[in-house]
Amino acid sequence: MTARMFQVYRGTRQQGALQEFRVECDEGMVVLDAVHRIQAQQAPDLACRWNCKAGKCGSCSAEINGRPRLMCMTRLSDYPDDRPVTITPMRAFPVIKDLVTDVSWNYEVNRRIPAFQPRKPDFPDGTWRMYQHEVERPQEFRKCIECFLCQDVCHVLRTHHKHAEFMGPAFLTRAAVYETHPLDTADRSQHLKDEGGIGYCNITKCCTEVCPEGIRITDNAIIPLKERVVDRFYDPLRGLLRLIFGKSR
Amino acid sequence: MADIQQHEHDVIVVGAGGAGLRAAIEARAQGARVGLICKSLLGKAHTVMAEGGAAAALGTVFSEDNWRVHFRDTMRGGKMHNNWRMAQIHAQESPDRVRELEAWGALFDRTPDGRINQRPFGGHTYSRLAHVGDRTGLEMIRVLQDKAVHSGVDVFMECTVVRLPVVDGRAAGALAYWKDSGRFVLFNAGAVVLATGGIGKGWQITSNSWEYTGDGHALACDAGADLIDMEFVQFHPTGMVWPPSVNGILVTEGVRGEGGILTNSTGRRFMFDYVPDMFKGDFADTEKEAQAWVTGDRKKNRRPPELLTRDVVARAITREVKEGRGSPHGGVFLDIATKRDAEYIKKKLPSMYHQFKELAGVDITREPMEVGPTTHYAMGGVKVDAETQEATVPGLYAAGEVAGGMHGANRLGGNSLSDLLVFGRRAGAAAATAARNRKPAPVSDAWVQQVVNEALAPFSRPNGENPYQVQADLQKAMQADAGIVRDKAGLEAALAAVEKLKRRAAGVGVIGSREYNPGWSTALDLRSLLTVSEAVTRAALARTESRGGHTRIDRPDSDPAQERVQYVVHKDGDRLAVRAERQPDLPADLAKLIKDGA
Ligand SMILES: Cc1cc2nc3c(=O)[nH]c(=O)nc-3n(C[C@H](O)[C@H](O)[C@H](O)COP(=O)(O)OP(=O)(O)OC[C@H]3O[C@@H](n4cnc5c(N)ncnc54)[C@H](O)[C@@H]3O)c2cc1C
Ligand code: SF4
Ligand code: SF4
Ligand code: FES
Repeated sequence: MTARMFQVYRGTRQQGALQEFRVECDEGMVVLDAVHRIQAQQAPDLACRWNCKAGKCGSCSAEINGRPRLMCMTRLSDYPDDRPVTITPMRAFPVIKDLVTDVSWNYEVNRRIPAFQPRKPDFPDGTWRMYQHEVERPQEFRKCIECFLCQDVCHVLRTHHKHAEFMGPAFLTRAAVYETHPLDTADRSQHLKDEGGIGYCNITKCCTEVCPEGIRITDNAIIPLKERVVDRFYDPLRGLLRLIFGKSR
Repeated sequence: MADIQQHEHDVIVVGAGGAGLRAAIEARAQGARVGLICKSLLGKAHTVMAEGGAAAALGTVFSEDNWRVHFRDTMRGGKMHNNWRMAQIHAQESPDRVRELEAWGALFDRTPDGRINQRPFGGHTYSRLAHVGDRTGLEMIRVLQDKAVHSGVDVFMECTVVRLPVVDGRAAGALAYWKDSGRFVLFNAGAVVLATGGIGKGWQITSNSWEYTGDGHALACDAGADLIDMEFVQFHPTGMVWPPSVNGILVTEGVRGEGGILTNSTGRRFMFDYVPDMFKGDFADTEKEAQAWVTGDRKKNRRPPELLTRDVVARAITREVKEGRGSPHGGVFLDIATKRDAEYIKKKLPSMYHQFKELAGVDITREPMEVGPTTHYAMGGVKVDAETQEATVPGLYAAGEVAGGMHGANRLGGNSLSDLLVFGRRAGAAAATAARNRKPAPVSDAWVQQVVNEALAPFSRPNGENPYQVQADLQKAMQADAGIVRDKAGLEAALAAVEKLKRRAAGVGVIGSREYNPGWSTALDLRSLLTVSEAVTRAALARTESRGGHTRIDRPDSDPAQERVQYVVHKDGDRLAVRAERQPDLPADLAKLIKDGA
């Protein structure tokens, strides 16, 4: 056991500051373990979110030494033990308390994405055939655990606060699930262009860098969606062909 | 009630995992106004963590598979203690429920001819688990989440239900508090569906999260409903054991399904030594045959013994460790590296690869994992009607892990995800029907005030005991004496410990404000944890035999006379009491099916 120092943001919607904690740490501990130890021994009212403790649920997002990360997948041994580790809430969303932010906006954005609409079943028993190579593309986007770290890092939201105009990389990724789904027939171009504000993304790829699921958000989701929007609105002939011949071709 | 927020719905669903979401979707489809409440954010329920897959006799890999084989596997896996009608409905309806998910956008892994692929799992005769790599639950919850949201279900996130009002003998809604503000809210409803999941937070070593405090079990019990089979807790054979901070985190059975083997410190593949009589003849006798099954012909060769049911594997591991043949950190070895190439492992088990690499510094494509049993699943739960999922309190329904009966004494892997869909849908439909034309009954101010006062009491004791300490001591007691192996003396000690902890829980204090205060939440959850711990312990004392997930070293054999006996835990005044009830026997045709094979 070695003692380490932590600086944790404590505060509410109105105000807050970093508070120092000294924590006895064991081998293999992750940042979330340290937060739990602080809760159990020093500050039982320290607010944080978590569920799975294994990088599967996307609840425990925060900024560790300023970088957006999952607390449960960040090992303390990755940081020098003679300097404090700083844990602060995501910056792109309003703080509720301590490390917990109000992420409800994300759920609103998702609700507005036009729903999945499958083509008519291929067989009278109501089933379809899809092949592994066809499902692999949308499966990459489906790995999204809704941690919102990409939303947090994207300058359009983080710095420019365009929450009202831009859906953000997480929901471009969600739209990409359906847009590349072999059975889907809905057209989301209008939504992506207007309400979704896909034009705000200037392909900096910061989102891809922080995604704990390793989804290639920019290259595989956003750029193809941008092309689709361009085809549909600025190159009507290609857009038309795509509508006729199906969009995943 | 001037100062308390109120909502009115036809149906209120408590819990937004697979069961709750499926129930909400169905109730909405039947025209009900539906509210869905969850303790965490939407999409973070345990269902999201499920890895291996959903069991359904789709017959896409083995055309010989059908509901009869699935039913038989489920009953035998449950040591013949299951509610046979639930097991039958589950086996019959799960294929449609899985295909329906595909119609809603799910992207399961495919067979070469473009159908849903199915993987082998413990206790299933044929490859039966529809899956998406090792993140099946994530796929399922996203599909259901989007479907629910787009069908107009009202979602209330980070809202914890603390008590269910019962008016004139009927469930009339739910009283909850908002996590962010700490304020209370009353949901008035014509019918209530509980879908709150399990109880695993009562033990030290667990694959379950903070949410799994058995709230639904306790809410139902408080409302006067019966709980059954509480002694049957599933200890999953493979959890991580090292480093300490990840102790208990699940290692999917999919590792064994894909060919992973278990060995002890002498290098022996010990599961060959533990095949129970009931399954003799169903499993490979030699490593050669087991390997041929893994890589080649699944029709001519029998399954490896690593794919025995979970209760059997967990007991075997416990014994190997106890007899000194364990791994350095007190587990055994699980090795897939020597059985499959690195690419295959990364493709089929990506999140296991990631989890070991990031959290333990182990590369599972090159070295074995260290694993040991971890508290995983509650077979026991609210006693329900097989057709409608209605509890013994009218207007109250339960589906998913919180409901009891379906899995008997031991659940087969993959049978939970399909259970959520099948019985979630049935509960939602029945609740919508019950709520039709029924105005929610008014809940009395006095009752609300009393519950609120009780819930706020810890704030009046700033110097009271730390609730985390009480929780930790409870976990320690349950782990030691109501864990994977039990005996009368231990269980009596656990019961005494629970009694003492109840008194300590009554004196816990919290500091800070009501806003997003995890200390306060922990204090409130203690009530549920203590109720379920007591229920488990009392039922475990009553069952004087070993069966499935319930192992009594002082009663090592199964007692045929208790096979169809259920121990029912219920409230009796302020106390919990247990009574024995006999379940109906299987009808002749199903009994024959079990005996002669499907
Ligand atoms: C790591 C892991 C892997 C698994 N893998 C598999 C698998 O491969 N196949 C399989 O079949 N099964 C698997 N299981 C089991 C299966 O995932 C669970 O049994 C199942 O998901 C439970 O679903 P549920 O809908 O009943 O509850 P959950 O998904 O747990 O949802 C419970 C819901 O209830 C809410 N809730 C609880 N209490 C309250 C309250 N007081 N107020 C308001 N809301 C409340 C929670 O917030 C949550 O939304 C796995 C389990 C774990 C832990
Ligand atoms: S690539 Fe686009 S979406 Fe991603 S961070 Fe940059 S601007 Fe934002
Ligand atoms: S895309 Fe990646 S970073 Fe963004 S929310 Fe999903 S998992 Fe998180
Ligand atoms: S707790 Fe689930 S991702 Fe960290």
